[in-house]
Amino acid sequence: MELINLSEVQQMLNKLQDQELYVHLELTTGAYAAHVDSSRHPAANFITNAKVCYSSGKISGAGPYRVGLKTEEGWVYAEGLTHFEESDTERLILAGHDSQGKLVVALQLSQEPF
Amino acid sequence: MTKRVLVVFPHPDDEAFGTSGTLAKLIHEGWQVTYACLTLGEMGRNMGVPPFANRITLPAIRKLELEESCKAIGIQDVRMLGFHDKMVEFEEPEVIDGEMKKLLDEVKPSLVITFYPGYSVHPDHDATGASVIRTIQRLPKDERPEVHCLAFSNGCRDYIGEPDVYQDVEEYIDQKIQSITAHRSQFQAPELVGDKKLSREDMVLRFGVESFWTYPFEG
Repeated sequence: MELINLSEVQQMLNKLQDQELYVHLELTTGAYAAHVDSSRHPAANFITNAKVCYSSGKISGAGPYRVGLKTEEGWVYAEGLTHFEESDTERLILAGHDSQGKLVVALQLSQEPF
Repeated sequence: MTKRVLVVFPHPDDEAFGTSGTLAKLIHEGWQVTYACLTLGEMGRNMGVPPFANRITLPAIRKLELEESCKAIGIQDVRMLGFHDKMVEFEEPEVIDGEMKKLLDEVKPSLVITFYPGYSVHPDHDATGASVIRTIQRLPKDERPEVHCLAFSNGCRDYIGEPDVYQDVEEYIDQKIQSITAHRSQFQAPELVGDKKLSREDMVLRFGVESFWTYPFEG
């Protein structure tokens, strides 16, 4: 993956708006978080292949980045994004990695299920 | 008659740290090993340093890593069962238990290696071990294989005592190192390698003995 290029990601968000898409949205501290450090609160969630259609999608921030997608009746939001998959021109693959390179957050959009 | 061991873990790389030396040793002694890996570890957080994987490509990468690790150990038979990483505990128990029963009927192992349910930290580990134990518990007592479990939750020894099976695998440390390092996306994790390359001596100290708990079946 590459470090996020703001304008390329914004172009992709524009290209994918106003159509039914599959979304994968994930946030995780990892299954070992509390095992390694009991003061840490283990948290994780993901939703995969839910359908979403957004009328406006923006990437914001100075890095790590935030993305907000405005849907007909609500929002999809992700913070902490650092990387994108430049070679994937049909889908938007975004991820946020921590200082150890581990994935913490992911936001993916595609016309086909993941 | 060939002695057979069935190894059941949920993630590619579960075999590497806890049991690859033991498996290499058993294979050297003529055992036939079947390794059933429930998922492809597709929800793993390690993507390589710098990241060479992503959520999309990770399953295919981890499948190749698993194949390479098993080749290094010499495992003759690898099964990938196709369950989804993190979701093992949410599958219907009869579905997973059914897969375990099929494997047991086919392989007819005299030894099974899996995670100790309740003491193995990751929900997939506990759910996998629980399914293996449930399925074997249902067998007539004289048909049950011996089960050696891995456990590593904090304080687990307060509940289940000390391990009763120790395998000195120093002689097989090269296979073990190859197995561990085959899992490139996982092994580069900083908490494992720190800031220096581990020497063979470091690896022997850290990974030279593998220990297991014999599962105490009821009835």
